[in-house]
Amino acid sequence: MKETFPIAVNGDVHDVSVEPRTTLLECLRYELGLTGSKQGCDKGDCGACTVWLDGRPILSCITLARAAEGRRVTTVEGLARAGRLHPVQDALDLKGGAQCGFCTPGILMSAAALLESNPQPTADDVRQALSGNLCRCTGYTKIIEAVLEAASTLRAARSAGEWP
Amino acid sequence: MSAKAPPRTERPTETEHFSVIGKRNRKVEGRRKVTGQLLYTDDIVLPRMLHAKILRSPHAHARIKGIDARRALALPGVHAVVTGRDFPVPYGIIPWTRDEYPLALDKALYIGDGVAAVAADDERTAADALRLIEVEYELLPPLLTVEEALAHPENQVNPFAKVGNVSKHVHLTFGDVEGGLAASDEVVRDTWFYAGSTHAPIEPHCAIGDFGPEGLLTLYSSTQVPHYLHRELARVLEMPMDRIRVIQPGVGGAFGGKSEPFDLEFAVARLSQKTGRPVKILYTREEVFYSHRGRHPMRLAYEVGATREGKLTAVRAKIHIDGGAYSSFGLVTTYYSGQLLCAPYVMPAYEFDSTRVFTNKPACGPKRGHGSVQPRFAFECALDVLAERLDLDPIELRRKNLMGEDTRTVNEMRVTSNGFPQCLDAVERASEWKKKHRRLPYGQGVGVAGSTYISGTNYPIYPNDMPQSGCQIKVDRSGRVTVFSGVSDIGQGCDSVLAYIVAEELGVEVEAIRVVAGDTDLAPVDLGAYSSRITFMAGNAALDAARKLKRQVREAQAAVWDVAPERIELAGGFALVPGDQERIVPVAQAFQAAEARFGTLGSTGSYKSPGDAVHGEYRGGTIGASPAYSFTAHVAEVEVEEETGLVQVKKIWVAHDCGRALNPTLVEGQMEGSAYMGYAEALFEEQDFQPNGLHRGPSLLDYRLPTSLDTPDMESLIIESLDREGPYGAKEAGEGPLHPSVPAIANAIYDAVGARVNDLPFYPGRVRAAIAARRAAARPWKGRS
Repeated sequence: MKETFPIAVNGDVHDVSVEPRTTLLECLRYELGLTGSKQGCDKGDCGACTVWLDGRPILSCITLARAAEGRRVTTVEGLARAGRLHPVQDALDLKGGAQCGFCTPGILMSAAALLESNPQPTADDVRQALSGNLCRCTGYTKIIEAVLEAASTLRAARSAGEWP
Repeated sequence: MSAKAPPRTERPTETEHFSVIGKRNRKVEGRRKVTGQLLYTDDIVLPRMLHAKILRSPHAHARIKGIDARRALALPGVHAVVTGRDFPVPYGIIPWTRDEYPLALDKALYIGDGVAAVAADDERTAADALRLIEVEYELLPPLLTVEEALAHPENQVNPFAKVGNVSKHVHLTFGDVEGGLAASDEVVRDTWFYAGSTHAPIEPHCAIGDFGPEGLLTLYSSTQVPHYLHRELARVLEMPMDRIRVIQPGVGGAFGGKSEPFDLEFAVARLSQKTGRPVKILYTREEVFYSHRGRHPMRLAYEVGATREGKLTAVRAKIHIDGGAYSSFGLVTTYYSGQLLCAPYVMPAYEFDSTRVFTNKPACGPKRGHGSVQPRFAFECALDVLAERLDLDPIELRRKNLMGEDTRTVNEMRVTSNGFPQCLDAVERASEWKKKHRRLPYGQGVGVAGSTYISGTNYPIYPNDMPQSGCQIKVDRSGRVTVFSGVSDIGQGCDSVLAYIVAEELGVEVEAIRVVAGDTDLAPVDLGAYSSRITFMAGNAALDAARKLKRQVREAQAAVWDVAPERIELAGGFALVPGDQERIVPVAQAFQAAEARFGTLGSTGSYKSPGDAVHGEYRGGTIGASPAYSFTAHVAEVEVEEETGLVQVKKIWVAHDCGRALNPTLVEGQMEGSAYMGYAEALFEEQDFQPNGLHRGPSLLDYRLPTSLDTPDMESLIIESLDREGPYGAKEAGEGPLHPSVPAIANAIYDAVGARVNDLPFYPGRVRAAIAARRAAARPWKGRS
């Protein structure tokens, strides 16, 4: 039996109608067409499905869609502002932090969440924050470099009032 | 006109001036990746699309007596079922070993072998329907080890095998091995075991079949070989190739794990044919482990002889390869296990005897560094033993055996550019080797290893005289340039590499290039993303096509300006005569001049490898031959915890001769990704099975991929030897840099605690046992008993 409830994603409110067993990831990908979040392991091992629930990173493949009712969901599609890439998106592209790109949406959501809570992270802070996101291509080196660079870009953008 | 690229005798020079090549440009699809907008196969939803699932054998070896799908078909929402009977034609990536069926026909050969597939309204209904299919199995004794399989030739795992359970046997001898070993002052004799591991790309395999009303099949797949998939689809479905279109959307990692057809591609095609609707299959992560085609487990016995001065005399190898249930690329693997060892050191005599054996486990295949990572581990460890016995620094021992440039290996492979000496110098310097080797305190150590790898295999998988890579370029009067190529971007950045090359030649910004790739209807054939071939081969094809257009553009603009065409440069979005303020226009204007003069602008380019000139004329001499070889050296620094045997790699220095780095960021990415993957095989990963043949942990939790916290620091040191046949001198970077990872770590463990660990992975228990064995032998190390 399907249930219908509202869900707020990237600032838009949608009424979705899904089976109770539907995960948030399935709801985002297959009901709302937000295919940026990826399914890599089906069970919370790889982190490719990471999204924010009320600003905190969670694994959407082991979260029921219903659990997001009345809460704010942010996905990789919601990171850019007014057509401008989030500094961590731009840095990951520039520094070679996205090879195949499949873990990238999850990496971005974990990294951007880190920069919200810790604007001046060390390399070890970044490693810790990304430890739930498996990347098979890069060996993480360029991802870590990119996140550190994005941290300084974001600090500068915020002090200049160019980023909320 | 010959498709073969004109042989270049002049080596490119370092002083060549480039606008795009060698710069840290963004990738063409990068912004789509960081915004989540690049479409991968599972992101594609077609109208009326059904979802299918595959029923897999719970038995490692079983005859299929009957399949009753009536209850499944009766389930509401179920549309069709296919079984092995729907696919009577066997397939295989290597034309000589077509030994598998899309779904098991008479026998299931391993736990996880596909038996039937169901298409339904949604994935969950299809999964429910699988439980309603009744399969009657007659259990056969499974053979799970190489030893068992060889001991029971009467119980054949794969009925296509010519002899018992031997998948392939190769024995080749070059020079006087017996005499060389007899005359050696020192001979290292030992055995090593390289455990199997799998690719584990983060994107699970996915395919969509869509039979249109015209009888045309469009197949979307997360493949890395659209052309070979195209061919095998035509064979198995018994359709002409011109009725099939293969589209490769974004691929979320592959590493060799998507380089042949899989059951899902055939299943979605047949189910779509039966239902008249598009059908999608997305593997679960568990299914990815069963499909496998990863690193072969190998038992390797070596005899390595040398003079007391440290010159190699002769090398002999005996190798047993656990192939799993099907051949996959196994014929090539068996050759590669011997053929790719003959550089970067001079070997006066060499012999190898390799046997690949069928067992009732998921088939092994090509994982990054196909077939040559395992022997490289054993051999580079043997060199470390040799250096110690001869009282030589391991780097010095390697220097005494350098083969140099423009030479032939003992197995007659042509070697052109060779930056291996510079690789050794670079890792020695960067790691401060001389201060560390045998000088760090007990428990800490450094190890070195070197290697070589092919820049593309010299021949296509199916013999033919056509180019290995084709390229078409269309130049528009707006200044936009479209590049059509059959290459497969799997994250390594090959679409971008083609864009850089064409942008460099035609003087446009990279942003003006559109790359149309991975679509057999739109792009000319490229053989695919395997054997590290794309930069070299597709790069040369793109260069060939671009230079033809460049000639036309310069000639047309020269006529406008009344200057000699060779004075005109195309660079940075302009056509110009250097130093002439009057003669500079946007390049689009020069394109318009060319279109006015020559008509609609377009060109084609091809690359064909040098053929017989680069290898010996013996059976197997073509396998391992390549137009150019890359070279790598690693130094690894480790800490070993005495009490537990836990190994921690502190840092890996990677020096890689990639010919020329067309984009250093992409090359470093390949070097770091390779070193990481080798490191993972050294310490973490193992494709491991229970005694009944069931995978021990087919999940990304149980199969331990290193996380960001586990992965060591890595430093990439690019060496550019400027190969004279590579595009701008470029060679491969995608697979070579993995090879020295494991032996460098093994040799570093020895330097740290004086214990040799010959079996992978270097789990704490094994390291601890090796330390205990050293103690029991009363062999103190660095002052420790």
